Amino acid sequence: MNMLSYKASSDSHGQESSYFLGWQEYEKNPYHQLQNPNGIVQMGLAENQLSFDLLESWLENNPDSVGFKRNGESVFRELALFQDYHGLPAFKNALVEFMAEIRRNKVKLDPNKLVLTAGSTSANETLMFCLAERGDAFLLPTPYYPGFDRDLKWRTEVEIVPIHCSSSNGFRITMPALEKAHQRALKLDLKVKGILITNPSNPLGISMTRNELNLLISFAMAKHIHIVSDEIFSGTVFDCPNYISIAEVLMDRQLANSEISRCIHIVYSLSKDLGLSGFRVGMIYSNNETVVSAATKMSSFGLVSSQTQYLLSNMLSDKKFTGKYLKENQKRLKKRKQMLVSGLQNAGIRCLKSNAGLFCWVDMRHLLSTQTFEAEKELWKKILGEVGLNISPGSSCHCSEPGWFRMCFANMSEETLTVAMERIKDFAQSVTSTRNRKITMYHQMICDQRSLINKWVSKLSSHDRESDR
Amino acid sequence: MRLLSRKATCNAHGQDSSYFLGWQEYEKNPYHEIKNPTGIIQMGLAENQLSFDLLESWLANNPDAAGFKKDGESIFRELALFQDYHGLPDFKKALVDFMAEIRENRVTFDQNKIVLTAGATSANETLMFCLAESGEAFLLPTPYYPGFDRDLKWRTGVEIVPIQCTSSNDFQITAPALEEAYLEAQKRNLRVKGVLVTNPSNPLGTTMSRSELNLLVNFITAKGIHLISDEIYSGTVFSSPGFVSIMEVLKVRKCENTEVWKRVHIVYSLSKDLGLPGFRVGAIYSNDELVASAATKMSSFGLVSSQTQYLLSALLSDSKFTKNYISENQRRLKQRQKLLVKGLKKAGIICLKSNAGLFCWVNMKHLLGSNTFEAEMELWKKIVYDVKLNISPGSSCHCTEPGWFRVCFANMSEETLNLAMARLKSFVDSMTMTSSHQMLKNSRKRSLTKWVFRLSFHDREPEER
Repeated sequence: MNMLSYKASSDSHGQESSYFLGWQEYEKNPYHQLQNPNGIVQMGLAENQLSFDLLESWLENNPDSVGFKRNGESVFRELALFQDYHGLPAFKNALVEFMAEIRRNKVKLDPNKLVLTAGSTSANETLMFCLAERGDAFLLPTPYYPGFDRDLKWRTEVEIVPIHCSSSNGFRITMPALEKAHQRALKLDLKVKGILITNPSNPLGISMTRNELNLLISFAMAKHIHIVSDEIFSGTVFDCPNYISIAEVLMDRQLANSEISRCIHIVYSLSKDLGLSGFRVGMIYSNNETVVSAATKMSSFGLVSSQTQYLLSNMLSDKKFTGKYLKENQKRLKKRKQMLVSGLQNAGIRCLKSNAGLFCWVDMRHLLSTQTFEAEKELWKKILGEVGLNISPGSSCHCSEPGWFRMCFANMSEETLTVAMERIKDFAQSVTSTRNRKITMYHQMICDQRSLINKWVSKLSSHDRESDR
Repeated sequence: MRLLSRKATCNAHGQDSSYFLGWQEYEKNPYHEIKNPTGIIQMGLAENQLSFDLLESWLANNPDAAGFKKDGESIFRELALFQDYHGLPDFKKALVDFMAEIRENRVTFDQNKIVLTAGATSANETLMFCLAESGEAFLLPTPYYPGFDRDLKWRTGVEIVPIQCTSSNDFQITAPALEEAYLEAQKRNLRVKGVLVTNPSNPLGTTMSRSELNLLVNFITAKGIHLISDEIYSGTVFSSPGFVSIMEVLKVRKCENTEVWKRVHIVYSLSKDLGLPGFRVGAIYSNDELVASAATKMSSFGLVSSQTQYLLSALLSDSKFTKNYISENQRRLKQRQKLLVKGLKKAGIICLKSNAGLFCWVNMKHLLGSNTFEAEMELWKKIVYDVKLNISPGSSCHCTEPGWFRVCFANMSEETLNLAMARLKSFVDSMTMTSSHQMLKNSRKRSLTKWVFRLSFHDREPEER
């Protein structure tokens, strides 16, 4: 008899993908400015390390929040015992206001519709358990975050059917692409329960247009399906156009209390905007009472530590701080992104024009030996092994076109980014010059052959006798 | 087309049971010494509130641990970014050492075999996902923690088949009971993947005997199945016999590195011993690399906050503190349990002799109107609504015999416990008076009949009492 479950003994967790393998290589030989200057620079981790000083200074000025104190009185016991899956009320209040602030207060959110979970990893899986049966499917636009293959499918046994997007229109979602994906699912005999989008997109780094969002809502209404909008990067929008959440579009279309509004669910987390991935703070926001109720009970399997809820409820209730933080954080992200973009430009490499996220979507098609995924893998291995940069190949994000890579910029110092840019420049130049050399050599070879033939022909015709070479 | 999943819309989360309903009644009318002295006293929550002062004093003397500092230097960044599902190494080391200390170092644990999860709730569900397919079954001795109906079954699709235990032998597990449960599962066409026990037991408050543990090892060896030992209450053992972990039994039987050794998994948590349920710290310990590996990846869905891992790694690494805490906490639990047992005795109520846990398993069979679960529910409602004590009825724990209740003692002050006991005594006294009043009424009826009869026969006899 099988001792372990299929889930435990198979590869269905999806962690054999290159996304995770590059990570492992990095772990073996990590770059360090002094201790290991020839090591691999980690550019595959979408972390936000740019604004910790702001958080640290807030902590210094507010020691009670870590000291389990409120107005000088100890609240340790209350927190130690607090395991109510409805979450700390003060924290949920602060969160919905923070989320509204990120959306420029174009929406007003209700804390009773918010469910706290241990990270958005937990939130996304929980939504799958609530919205779909084993064997049902969700449609996801490609390219998408590799972690979804594990988070949405592994234990839930839900399927993902891709909505293929292409560079021809900047990877935007189109109605034909939606219809095609839906058809594909039907052909595979899969019942489609919804669409899951990441907005702003990972790995593209762009926020969705109003047009795309309207398209999605119309499509969902027509097919009677859900939309899960993972807005984990919403606070990282650093450039125009301004961020538009699906919640805003619903309001603008006067659909706030309609059937469809009960089919749209937002996922959020503090891992990217605040850079606090270790604290495991995620959430589901839904207008659907049944979903909120079921998800709340399911959150028992991944509650947020009350110690952490308390700290962050204080931090996010400090409106002076949050306003300042959001603005400054976005300013720094913009600057750092620009550094990456110009560094790549120097290397003759372009990327998708982006306004959000902690990464750029980089076009290295011209560096491929052939326009194939095998060539993309080759290139990725070279960049990892020879150039010493861990970047994420588009294939790991299910991109339909080879040659695209995601490169992170917010998880390292400026100096390290500079080193990375120099390395990639050298590499790109060497590829180009090797190619040029090859071309030159090839031409030279052809010229040599031609002149040899000419010589030989002319000799034959002049009846000379010379020894053959 | 159905809009939501069956999981979201059915009652399989098990939260309509009386266990949770009593909780809700309490929430509506909670006792407070000053603000609401006639409110419901919560005796249905297995929390440990007896030793917070020890924790608070440690925190006061070690501000760095909560302040994200190590040796005066800030490590906030490292912690903020730390989301490695392998867990903070220092914390895992401190945790396995703490677990060994609780077992008086008769067993030791390897930090590489421990997986951190957001509470034991998450650990138990994760083990189900790792060890069983949907539709397969685990055997659980009754009575058991009501939460298991949700934790083990809801999202996993795994079934629970009860191993019926009875008061005839103090609810201990027997070989016949195990076999019967296994057969029952087969009858229901369910493939049994393992047995899950809670040791010390919730709700019994007793530690498993060596012979029970040996029985289990024999059983799982014979059937080739898993054993999960939820040892969440291991640190609450306050009197003899001491705690014997399943790992110790395996060691004594020289089972290390055998087949069966790899099929035994322990679940632990800091929610009961340290009284920190809010911090969501649980763990799975397994000798099977594949289980540990799969569970580690699954822990992504419920990692422990790095802020909390760091604080507790500092706390548990302080061996002076842990030694003192373990013994003092057990002393206080013992004293408080005695108070409850005495109070119950005064009310003419006995309970199962216990040596662990945060509750007693109380025998109220003699207070039932009839020996049925309906009568148990009647009694429970009276106790919740009239006596204003929220206690847990045995039926919610799947007990096979009506009349047993779980009564918690470690989640309130001594004064509140005394008040609860006083209320219970009044209730029992009034019930006894009522029944003797009833008996008196019945005997009066009988003598009236006799008198009428005698009148009709012209006899004169003194009236009966």
